[in-house]
Amino acid sequence: METEVAVQLKHITKRFAKVIANDDVSLDIYKGEILSLLGENGSGKTTLMNMLAGIYFPDEGEILVNGKPVTISSPKDAFSHGIGMIHQHFKLVDVFTAAENIVLGLEDEGRLDLKAAAAKINEICKKYGFHVDPNKKIYDMSVSEKQTVEIVKVLYRGARILILDEPTAVLTPQETDRLFAVMRNMKADGKSMIIITHKLHEVMDVSDRVAVLRKGRYVGSVSTSETSPQALTDMMVGHAVTLNINRPEPKDPTPRLEVSNLTVYDAMGVKRLDQVSFTAMGGEILGIAGIAGSGQKELLESIAGLQPISPGASIRYRPIGHPDAHEGLELVGKTPLQIKQAGVSLAFVPEDRLGMGLVGSQGMTGNMLLRSYRKGRGLFTDRKSPKKLAEEVIAELDVVTPGVNFPVRRLSGGNVQKVLVGREIAQSPSVLMTAYAVRGLDINTSYTIYNLLTEQKMKGVAVVYVGEDLDVLLELCDRILVLCGGQVSGIVDARTTTKEEVGLLMTRFKKEAAQI
Amino acid sequence: MTGAQIIQLLQSAICFGTVIMFGAIGEILTEKSGNLNLGVPGIMYLGGIAGLAASFFYEFNNPDPNGLICLLISFGAAFLVAALGGLLYSFLTITLRANQNVTGLTLTIFGGGVANFFGGSLNTLAGGVGQISVAATSAVYRANIHNITNLGVFGQLFLSYGFMAYLAIAAAILMAWFLNRTRTGLNLRAVGENPATADAAGINVTRYKYLATCVGAGISGLGGLYYTMDYIKGTWANDGTIESLGWLAVALVIFATWRSTNAIWGSYLFGLLFWVYQYIPGLGRKDMELFKMLPYLVTILVLIAISLRKKRENQPPASLGLAYFREER
Repeated sequence: METEVAVQLKHITKRFAKVIANDDVSLDIYKGEILSLLGENGSGKTTLMNMLAGIYFPDEGEILVNGKPVTISSPKDAFSHGIGMIHQHFKLVDVFTAAENIVLGLEDEGRLDLKAAAAKINEICKKYGFHVDPNKKIYDMSVSEKQTVEIVKVLYRGARILILDEPTAVLTPQETDRLFAVMRNMKADGKSMIIITHKLHEVMDVSDRVAVLRKGRYVGSVSTSETSPQALTDMMVGHAVTLNINRPEPKDPTPRLEVSNLTVYDAMGVKRLDQVSFTAMGGEILGIAGIAGSGQKELLESIAGLQPISPGASIRYRPIGHPDAHEGLELVGKTPLQIKQAGVSLAFVPEDRLGMGLVGSQGMTGNMLLRSYRKGRGLFTDRKSPKKLAEEVIAELDVVTPGVNFPVRRLSGGNVQKVLVGREIAQSPSVLMTAYAVRGLDINTSYTIYNLLTEQKMKGVAVVYVGEDLDVLLELCDRILVLCGGQVSGIVDARTTTKEEVGLLMTRFKKEAAQI
Repeated sequence: MTGAQIIQLLQSAICFGTVIMFGAIGEILTEKSGNLNLGVPGIMYLGGIAGLAASFFYEFNNPDPNGLICLLISFGAAFLVAALGGLLYSFLTITLRANQNVTGLTLTIFGGGVANFFGGSLNTLAGGVGQISVAATSAVYRANIHNITNLGVFGQLFLSYGFMAYLAIAAAILMAWFLNRTRTGLNLRAVGENPATADAAGINVTRYKYLATCVGAGISGLGGLYYTMDYIKGTWANDGTIESLGWLAVALVIFATWRSTNAIWGSYLFGLLFWVYQYIPGLGRKDMELFKMLPYLVTILVLIAISLRKKRENQPPASLGLAYFREER
């Protein structure tokens, strides 16, 4: 049974503009197995699976289901071949009940018979050990319940191959165990499952086989029983690549920002940061590594005053040349404006680049003005100095733009990021926090940004750099703080650590190894 | 107020209420697909003038008009032209992704202009005293059982209206059944709530939005038809009443919390509030205008009540007013 192939991907390539998301990937999925798809952020796992689910269409290569070549150009096609995907962001209508969501879009028998649907749902639940109330509204459900509805929805449509995109990212450990129990039940029923995850211990726990992707390429697959987390990490991160980023020794590092016991809950009441403590030094770059969603955003935002912080935390800030440098300034409880004026700057590049920090329809002058409009005395805003600043940023960072009033939304990604980072640097901050500053940039522009950050470091600024690419973190930063599930799993010296060590900290393997 | 006056007021309330109800039912269908069509007043104008023009040309060319043909021609023309207004709106907002509010408001101005232009032209065409009249058609719309049965107050209150007053109630009930009990209705609501989810479930979002908006506009247009054929007896008046009633229909959708069954009693309440100033003695001109605000005031109160209760079912469709791009997953 193990050897019967359910789905074959052959030489799949997918490009988004110039970026190759998947490069000649070939992968087999057997009947009745749980396959883990492992890889770093941006290694193309979700893209590959989206092609199976009909969200994307491959540029090259073919997909075979039960040995027959098929064309999957919509989620509907995927369903008709028995493939269903449970996305990370649930696709559910909040005001509908579970049953209504499950039958949504189905074209069988004309009348809408929710009672019959509920009966069928209960049957599925009984078979695999789920708990779903068909008449409960989605908005009354917990995340785990919503996920269950998604899985039942896929099974209701007769899926034999289920793809779960980071299903445990939003679950508590108990809920994860329950999910895994259900997955084992489905496996016993002959269903194939592909689970996308970063968490090595879950891979070891639930899967039969592991396939690893790295930077869009298929690295290989191994049976779980024949591998170890160590070996998987090696496959996942690969060998360190030399980037030759200029990294001078830190210039007389002094504690600039002392964060202790920082705990943050999000609006849903989920703990995002758990007792985070660290010190950022002036004159060095502190890298923050971690799997996406490990609390990086919350960490920067809580320092910038944008997140409610749980009691007991302290963020002690010691600005350059402050009279009471010993005493320091407490940032907890200050408004974002006060924090900014004290010299703590945040340049956050979100996934859509513009969402936070820049106004897309405004030109560079307008965006510079966002930082300075309060300074003017008179009735009218001062547009001259922001314009001058915009021109300086253009000259210094080689921003390619037709003019200072050209809407930044229409600039290329790299130039948008230069505007954002350039503006923050122009405030001459004493703490500069950047997140994903080189996201989606080409090599040359990335180096421009690295050099800018290093320049700031040499000026004695405490630079906090949240990054995705481990190679860059290892070569750019002086120290690296690794976050895992909202906790600090380690702070390492970037000059002596290895990619493997950071990779293991990101998946908290070290701690588990220590316990054994 | 005398008993006769009360009956008169209630009759007017039901009469105006019917106009508003058609407008609101159509708009509920449209909004359930996520399209906020503020062009309801314009669409009602279009429906009114199209029905009137169609029956006028029929009656004008036939000395002995057939009642059934009068009905079919005017009803069909009103629905079709109003639906075309919806098609225009759909093309602009769904295909070209124009802003829904701006498009809707433009459609209101457009519909009013077109209708009053043709209304004036028809009056000129009709010659004579300069007022057109489609007596035969209007008679069909105004035929009621009360005239035959004469059941006293009961008849006056419940049987003294043309068939469209009852059609409106039937349409409201049918709409509720369609939206809540059928597969297509479920899919449509999903489109208005979360088009990305609907799309992933294999629902053709664009088709649903187009159809709901066009059919919804057609139904709204019937409100204008009822007003011209029944209330002003098959003539044309450019006094802006259709527009006022159209805005009330938009307000009623909110008042009814997007449920067409609530729109039944809601529309009669709005009709009553719209007309009650006529029956309050000693009102000056400016006081009348204050009274005409009542329906909007009630709507605001309902909005406050809804937001205080925070019940998810009473909220507008989640993606109301937003265009859908598949690429923005």
